[in-house]
Amino acid sequence: MTSTDISAPAVDGEERGTRKTGRPAPSPAPAATARRRARRETLAGYLFLSPWCIGILLLTLGPMLVSLYLAFTDYNLFDSPRWVGLRNFSEMFSDDRWWQSVKVTGVFVLIATPLKLAVALGVAMLLARPRKGQGFYRSAFYAPSLIGASVSIGIVWRALFQDDAVVDRSLSLFGWSGGGWIGDPDWSMPTLIVLSAWQFGAPMVIFLAGLKQVPRELYEAAEVDGAGAWRRFRSITLPMISPVVFFNLLLEIIHSFQIFTSALVIAGPGGGRAGGPGDSLLVYTWYLYEQGFSNLRMGYASAMAWMLLAGIAVVTAVLFWSQRRWVHYEEGGR
Amino acid sequence: MSAPAGTVRPARAAAPGNRLKSVLWHAVALAVLGVVLYPVIWVIGASLKPGDEIVGSLELLPTDPITDNYERLADGIAGIGIETFFVNSLVVAVGSVIGVLFSCSLAAYAFARIRFAGRNLLFTLMIGTLLLPVHVLLVPQYVLFQKMELVNTYVPLLLGKFLAVDAFFVFLMVQFMRNLPKELDEAARIDGCGHWRIYWTIVLPLSRPALITSAIFSFIWAWNDFLGPLIYLNEPEKYTVSLGLKMFMDQDSLADYGGMVAMSMAALLPVLLFFLAFQRHLVEGAATSGLKG
Repeated sequence: MTSTDISAPAVDGEERGTRKTGRPAPSPAPAATARRRARRETLAGYLFLSPWCIGILLLTLGPMLVSLYLAFTDYNLFDSPRWVGLRNFSEMFSDDRWWQSVKVTGVFVLIATPLKLAVALGVAMLLARPRKGQGFYRSAFYAPSLIGASVSIGIVWRALFQDDAVVDRSLSLFGWSGGGWIGDPDWSMPTLIVLSAWQFGAPMVIFLAGLKQVPRELYEAAEVDGAGAWRRFRSITLPMISPVVFFNLLLEIIHSFQIFTSALVIAGPGGGRAGGPGDSLLVYTWYLYEQGFSNLRMGYASAMAWMLLAGIAVVTAVLFWSQRRWVHYEEGGR
Repeated sequence: MSAPAGTVRPARAAAPGNRLKSVLWHAVALAVLGVVLYPVIWVIGASLKPGDEIVGSLELLPTDPITDNYERLADGIAGIGIETFFVNSLVVAVGSVIGVLFSCSLAAYAFARIRFAGRNLLFTLMIGTLLLPVHVLLVPQYVLFQKMELVNTYVPLLLGKFLAVDAFFVFLMVQFMRNLPKELDEAARIDGCGHWRIYWTIVLPLSRPALITSAIFSFIWAWNDFLGPLIYLNEPEKYTVSLGLKMFMDQDSLADYGGMVAMSMAALLPVLLFFLAFQRHLVEGAATSGLKG
């Protein structure tokens, strides 16, 4: 359980590499042989890693540097980039649609992530009891995570949440007169949030794996002490699975920041320029795409991308910092 | 019947209060199942309804199903045969699977089984890319492929797969390979095997579960991918299914709901079939990739 901290991978290289044991060494081998072997190992390592190395240089680190440079330029793909200093960044702050995209994405991250995780945890706790059909439910509940972000499901969502369509009419049976979801600037975002919550399966599966590791004796002891269900949840379950909560929170937040396809499809035809009713679905990545690839303002788009990265980095850093207050790693866990 | 402390289950079956609990459990689980499956069943049903009944009707399945929507779909979209999109998607998805299996397993072997200088640093770097939003790379990668005149080909969609850019799969395979017994390669090494032989004849065959999981995930993700094709493909003949669907949607916003739903269904079908066939691999993969280590 200690290993959910993905920033600290448990590669055992450093300590072991210096010891160079593990292989049956015939008598005290001369230092030169050992060194030659180490060099051979390093060569082999980099040979195996060469596709990855090329990839990270050509498609990740290199582009990051280029992107950082472009963020301070005007660039339309055809003329050479023109240095403009911080102008792209200052323009953002006076760009109403940029603020709108920040707001839309912020609301989505703030509401959709906790909601999805709450559903995931609730259902995981339901499935953690060993009962018939548990495995079937687990698989079935996972399915939406595989298809949820596709264009197809976006279209289905559009159809379901259309004016006077299934959701509307079902709710009106209960006396709710909503009147349109995707067409209404106030209700298009809830539509997207529901779609996100529907994909609770992926974090649920991870929660389930965490719940399985909580020792049963703890609950039994608490029950003997007369702790109620809520108390047991607060004092045993939550602390015990806090590393898993942290892991899920981290992944889902980063994921939510980058929502794109679903928002674009739900906003409907003509998407790519319009941001849904009243720009209510203009998520950040979409505005970035529009500026970069529709308006060919590649400098501005790069600056926007770095602001996104900064936003994600800040949230991630806060999360890691807050970790020591609420995440309990069991020493020498089982 | 007094159950000894520590074993709870035998007592549970007997007590009547527990039977109520069990009924309640199944009721809640079924309710969740209903919500989860509703959209999927809806799209199956809707694709078999006449176009004007799709949006308004509350019936999940049509009383007399028709296949008109699928027949109309067979005529193609905007003069392009529907099979073109599917073949294109298949090329991209299968190419992705091959690339991921090849490049990620090599990288994973290096991280998991070879001790070399700088390994920890590079591993941390790889984990870092897992958290990096792709949007930072969107513009410069496009510029790169545009300069190389590779826009409107599948190269930009596939090159990264052959260069192990999908850190998730490397991570998943590392986790698996690390748990294979070390004695295996030590024995092989005494017999004089080099790393390549150990990788090819021992580690790779033993890593089959991780390879299968990676293959299925990479297929599904490539199949569903929308942003990549949207940026790099600009001739409808080269469109993948997701892009074709979006084109369909932009083209006739109100006219042909039937065709659109039928195509959505057709696009979902391979993923759903994969899911049914390999659900165990997928769910286990999703559960362990984040936890074990």
